Amino acid sequence: MGETAADPDLPLVTQARAGDFAAFEQLVSRYERRIFATAYRIVGRREDAEEVVQDTFASVIEHLPQFREESKFYTWLMHIAVNHALKLLRRNRHGTDRTMNGESSDSYSDLPHPQFIAPWHENPSVIAENHEMQRLLSDALDELDDKYRTVFVLRDVEERSTSEVAELLGISEANVKVRLLRARLQLRERITSALGDKSRQVAADHRHE
Amino acid sequence: MKCDELLKALNEYVDGQIDPAICEDFANHLAGCNPCQVVVDNIRNTIALYRSGERYEMPPEFHDRLRKQLREKWSTVFDGESQQTH
Ligand SMILES: [Zn+2]
Repeated sequence: MGETAADPDLPLVTQARAGDFAAFEQLVSRYERRIFATAYRIVGRREDAEEVVQDTFASVIEHLPQFREESKFYTWLMHIAVNHALKLLRRNRHGTDRTMNGESSDSYSDLPHPQFIAPWHENPSVIAENHEMQRLLSDALDELDDKYRTVFVLRDVEERSTSEVAELLGISEANVKVRLLRARLQLRERITSALGDKSRQVAADHRHE
Repeated sequence: MKCDELLKALNEYVDGQIDPAICEDFANHLAGCNPCQVVVDNIRNTIALYRSGERYEMPPEFHDRLRKQLREKWSTVFDGESQQTH
C-alpha cells in the first residue's frame, strides 16, 4: 500500500491478476492508443509501433503476478513500453551511428547555435491542423538521433519529469537535460526553416564572440 | 549574461524551473536581445506544436489482431495453472 494517490487502474489490475481476461482487455483498451502514439514517435514506423504495443502487453501478461503496487500501473506499463521501443531501435539501427549510445554523456560545450531566427508566420494551433505540417513534424522528429528523440518524446510530448525520464532510460538527469536541449534546438531550427517568416528574420547577435 | 549562456539555461527558463539567481540575468538579457527572444518563442511554439498533435491513430485492423494475440498469450500464462472459475 503506497502513500501516494490511489491508482485508478488498481481494481482492474487486481481482477486481471486473478485471471480475468475481460478486466485485462479493459486495461488494454484504456492505454493501447497512448502506447501506440508514444511508440510511434520513438520508433518512427507504424509496423514497429504495433510490435511495441504487442510486446508491451504480452510482457504485462507475463509479469502481472510480479506487479508491485508501489508504482502506478500506468508508470509500470510505460516503463515496459519504453524498454521495448528501445530494444527495437537497437535491433533496427544496429551498426549505425544513430543508436542510443548508452549512458555516454552529452555536453553543453558545443551546442549548435541557432542559424535561422525568425518568428513563424502562423501560430501553432493553426499549423497543427494542417496535414503537410504534420508531415513536417514527423520528418523533423525522425531526423533526430534516437537518444535525442526519445528524451524529447518522453519529456515534451509525454510530459514525464526529468527524474522519471532518467530512470526510464537509465541515464543521469544531467544527461536528460542536455539531450532535451539539443533536441529542442534541432527541432526549432528545422521547423523554423520551414515556418519562419523571412521578412522578419533577425540576425544572431554575436556578442558572445 | 551572453547569448551562449542564455542558450544553456533555455530549458529551465522555458520549463519554469530556472534558478531565481539566474532568472533575473536571463530576463535582463532577453529584454535587450531580440534574437534570443525569437529563439525562446520558437522553442515554446515547437513544444506546443508537438504536444497538441496526437496524430498517430492506431489502425483499426490492428485492434482486432492485438486482441487475438493477447488472448492466446493469456491462455498460455493463465489457463495453464487454473481455470477461470474459482
Ligand atoms: Zn541574446
